[in-house]
Amino acid sequence: MNIPYLTSIVIFLPLLGAALTMLARSESAIKWSALGVTSLTLLLSIGLYLGFDPAVSTAAAPQLANMSSSWFPEMFDVKYFVGIDGLNILLIMLTTLLGPIVVLSSWTYIGKAHKPYYTLLLVLQTGVTGVFAAHDIFLFYIFFELTLIPMYFIIGIWGGENRVYAAVKFVLYTLVGSLLMLVALIYLGYAAGDAVNGGVFTTDWYKLVSYNMPLEMQGWLFLLFALAFAIKVPLFPLHTWLPDAHVQAPTGGSVILAGVLLKMGTYGLVKFCLPFFPNAAQEYAMLFAVLAVIGIIYGALVSRAQSDAKKLVAYSSVSHLGFVVLGIFAFTIEAMQGAMIQMINHGISTGALFLILGMLYERRHTREMTDFGGLATSVPVLTFFMILSVLASAGLPGLNGFVGEFLILIGSFKSTVLGSPLLVALATTGVILAAVYLLYMVYQTFWGELEIEENATMKDLNGRELGILVPLAALMIILGFAPAPFLAKSEPAVKELLQTIESKRIAAEEMASLSEGIARWTPDSEASALTQTD
Amino acid sequence: MQPELLIKLVILLPLIGAAVNGLGGLFVPALRKQEGLIGALGTAMVLIPFLMTVTLFMGYQGEAIISHAFAWMVAGDLSIDFAYRLDELSLLMTMIITGVGSLIHVYSIGYMHGDDGFWRFFAYLNLFIFAMLNLVLGDNLVVLFLGWEGVGLCSYLLIGFWYKNRNNSKAAGKAFIMNRVGDFAFLLAMFIIFREIGGLDFDTILTQGPGMDAGMTTAAVLLLFIGATGKSAQIPLFTWLPDAMAGPTPVSALIHAATMVTSGLYLLARLSPVVLAAPGVMTIIAIVGAITALVAATIAITQNDIKKVLAYSTVSQLGFMFMAAGVGAFFVAIFHVMTHAFFKGCLFLGSGSVIHGMHEVEHELEHDGHGHKLDPQDMRTMGGLKKFMPATRMTFLISTLAIAGIPLLSGFFSKDEILFKAFLFGYNGYAAGWIVYGIGIVTALLTAIYMTRAYVLTFEGEPRWPHADTIAPHESPWQMTLPLWVLAGLSVVGGYLGLPAVIAHGELNWIHHWLSDGGPVAELVKPEHVSLTVEWILIGVGSLVAILGVWLGWTWYSKKGLEQDDVLASRFGSLFKLWQGKYFVDEAYEKTIVRPLIGGSYHGLAPFDKYVIDGLVNFAGFFTRGLSFTLRYLQTGLVHSYAAAIVFGVVLLIWLMLF
Repeated sequence: MNIPYLTSIVIFLPLLGAALTMLARSESAIKWSALGVTSLTLLLSIGLYLGFDPAVSTAAAPQLANMSSSWFPEMFDVKYFVGIDGLNILLIMLTTLLGPIVVLSSWTYIGKAHKPYYTLLLVLQTGVTGVFAAHDIFLFYIFFELTLIPMYFIIGIWGGENRVYAAVKFVLYTLVGSLLMLVALIYLGYAAGDAVNGGVFTTDWYKLVSYNMPLEMQGWLFLLFALAFAIKVPLFPLHTWLPDAHVQAPTGGSVILAGVLLKMGTYGLVKFCLPFFPNAAQEYAMLFAVLAVIGIIYGALVSRAQSDAKKLVAYSSVSHLGFVVLGIFAFTIEAMQGAMIQMINHGISTGALFLILGMLYERRHTREMTDFGGLATSVPVLTFFMILSVLASAGLPGLNGFVGEFLILIGSFKSTVLGSPLLVALATTGVILAAVYLLYMVYQTFWGELEIEENATMKDLNGRELGILVPLAALMIILGFAPAPFLAKSEPAVKELLQTIESKRIAAEEMASLSEGIARWTPDSEASALTQTD
Repeated sequence: MQPELLIKLVILLPLIGAAVNGLGGLFVPALRKQEGLIGALGTAMVLIPFLMTVTLFMGYQGEAIISHAFAWMVAGDLSIDFAYRLDELSLLMTMIITGVGSLIHVYSIGYMHGDDGFWRFFAYLNLFIFAMLNLVLGDNLVVLFLGWEGVGLCSYLLIGFWYKNRNNSKAAGKAFIMNRVGDFAFLLAMFIIFREIGGLDFDTILTQGPGMDAGMTTAAVLLLFIGATGKSAQIPLFTWLPDAMAGPTPVSALIHAATMVTSGLYLLARLSPVVLAAPGVMTIIAIVGAITALVAATIAITQNDIKKVLAYSTVSQLGFMFMAAGVGAFFVAIFHVMTHAFFKGCLFLGSGSVIHGMHEVEHELEHDGHGHKLDPQDMRTMGGLKKFMPATRMTFLISTLAIAGIPLLSGFFSKDEILFKAFLFGYNGYAAGWIVYGIGIVTALLTAIYMTRAYVLTFEGEPRWPHADTIAPHESPWQMTLPLWVLAGLSVVGGYLGLPAVIAHGELNWIHHWLSDGGPVAELVKPEHVSLTVEWILIGVGSLVAILGVWLGWTWYSKKGLEQDDVLASRFGSLFKLWQGKYFVDEAYEKTIVRPLIGGSYHGLAPFDKYVIDGLVNFAGFFTRGLSFTLRYLQTGLVHSYAAAIVFGVVLLIWLMLF
């Protein structure tokens, strides 16, 4: 199967679908067209998955690339440039997979204004897919900002009682970061343009990677980029927008948020921060690793203190994403690969947790754990999926979460950049704490007697809900037992990335010591050296 | 059939059983009542692997067989396969697991009859067997760890099997989390080993592990031992096991006595060459084992719940096994794992049979409206059961004598060998050996006493439940008594696989020959041997202690019955209270760890997050809003002022870029 412009089709088909839903007349036409479009996108994205060959290097160009000529020739080298490589393929697949799942999860959950909801959902999918596929950082930025607007409305219109506060907080927080990144991006574009693009401003990812930024400039630019991504992840202590957004967002919004929007942050760190500013990234690696580990423990403990199940899971994301950030800043293949697969794992298992909590919310209109209890008796099938997702999330070997956490931890432990087994040992306590807060949720919600009438008469999962959860459950088991084929998709790219980082880092240091040497070798110092020999 | 294929089937069949019974029951409610089908499938999926393992055992050539299934995790230098290793050690463990496992599946058909969760129970049991087989057959530490955590999960599910009672769920959670504390240490050990030698498969670890940097070896072995204390319920992580008795009794027999809790010993035996390279840690292992054995035995004397007695007894016996491992006699530890699986499996199943009978009494009491509440596990309301349950009584008696170490029964041989090795350890200049030997003798005496007490209080004397003249329990059905007889028989003869050196030299000690001469289990070489006379004296001492214990227990409790507890209580005073209160370890953990952690999260971190961290964010928001109220006066609507601002901005930008 060889479809031209497949990457672009996968990105923009949902946007086209958004137009379709806008034209649709009835509620069911809206839903079905949204489901149809996202399903078709998922099918087409399988073509991307199969078409991407990890054995073919993406060091010079991505695969299945679509590129326009520059939008402002001769002035700015800014263009439409998308493609597939080992770093984004799995994330794109996760995005297209969650597409129909989110539509299905909204089927009865969304009770008002169907048309704008599904339209925004589809626009959002285009934004997210674009973020992952973009190989021009200006284009990346456009997609990055494009995701903000639909998410803002999804939380702000279809959210809970405190939705406007949460939506504004989400947007402002992200904007602060991304505007600073924009400043850094413009600076980087000029600097790289001067050095490697004949003086023409460039945002082409490959040109930016080939540009070896002098040490003294790296620090600030790295921090500006990293701040934007750290907010998105979110990294402790920049995380407080997340619980608010999660609790207020409708189920579909939460699933997208946890599933893929947070990954834009971790992906950004891997794809841009590390290769653009390798020296600064390693210099600040310890800072980020420490914040990540604080996030792992802190997120877990605060999670245990929640009475709202959705908030509990929201804080668990802070903990889980901490593992990913730790893995990124360890600079070993094992840890980086763990981070790559953990992004997917978290999307699947936390996505499933939010979906199940949404199903409970639809039945009982509450998220307070004390309002439940004994559900294992009334809804055994739902209980089964919940426990499976909890175990996956807690990193039980044989399910997906373990693979990511294990690779991250074992890779970080041997990391020479971090060089701190103690820090990794602290991170590993997250394994205990995850069991503490997740089993607490199960204990509160599913075990015990059925004491409340509404719980006793609760209906178990229907066919649509099974259709949502079965694929995710299957993936938890497949990724748990046989992650090797998925890891193989990203391994060469990760290896290449780490090699690039290493050679750039050394080159920049040599350059620095060379210029330092030149600076020292002034006539004055020569003279003073001569006088000393006298 | 190819042995490689057979190994895969041995592991796969229980998983299939779990999936069919579990998913079938979950999605097709009509199937849940098909007890015959469910029980038959569940049992077959363990019995067939047992028969396959026996075939493998018969055809075993003395060369380890490695069976590769498929790649699991591959990243960078790390390459983990689903690979399985069949050798002397894993063969023996697999036979114990599937053999005892089959018996307990049969037993469960009778025991769980009529329970709403019958299907779930068999699904969990099969899943447990699958995990346990991964644990003992895995060819690398990560597959072992998959089994290690998998059995922990099944333990969680089965302790909390009757989830409507929140106490059961609490006990289940406690078990899982305590195990995870151990697993945390296990993970760190793997990280160290991988960093040091770059691989986690047993070939790499066993060849390069002993050559690791001494500090790293010590750290890794110590961490592995901490992991083992979690799974095998040793100090400091033992308090979950007595609570785990909340699960159905076949679970207590299979998971919390015969198989899962011995995983820690398997781990040490599997890695014995590396453990030997950390002599300091071995001393710790021996001492911790000895103290655990003694502590648990003293608690066992004071318990009235029949299952609690057996639970503390298990902790104590596991302590014996760690003594053996600590003095470098890993094969003896595995020997005791095996004999313990027989007699403790039999004891637990026997207690289940008793509970089954007492349930009957409880029901009738409720039915007749006598208004009596009866705890079917409380020995204080038992007594005289030998009249009603002869098969249960006889098998319980046999296994009681076996665990007490009465000569020529299985427990005698394995326990004596442990004590002998501890003695030899001391004789060879390791002072810890004497301590371990001393504690071991005292604990052996206590073991004989508390087990005889349990037997007498349960089966001898007169019935103590209300209306005992009209209400009587009945013997359990054959599905339950058959496994009892088989295990009782094994408790008698199981010891002949490891005859002591004075009786059988060299190869006649089959278990030593099998595991250590030709097998993978290393042992600490102790060059100084004691004379035959000393050996005979030690055997004599061991026998005397066992006989003395049984005699004491018998005379005390058959004469005075329950009053004997009061005699002991007054004689030992506050010490007895300490035993009865289980040394207040739970309370100490609650006070020093659980409450500070949970309370700190509730009253410390959660408010901190809300008011400090998020407060700062909101403050920044309000500050900006305040600022913008001021700044909006700049928004004049006059085009020329905008133009001026733009020009100013551009100039500023250019200036910034140029300089």
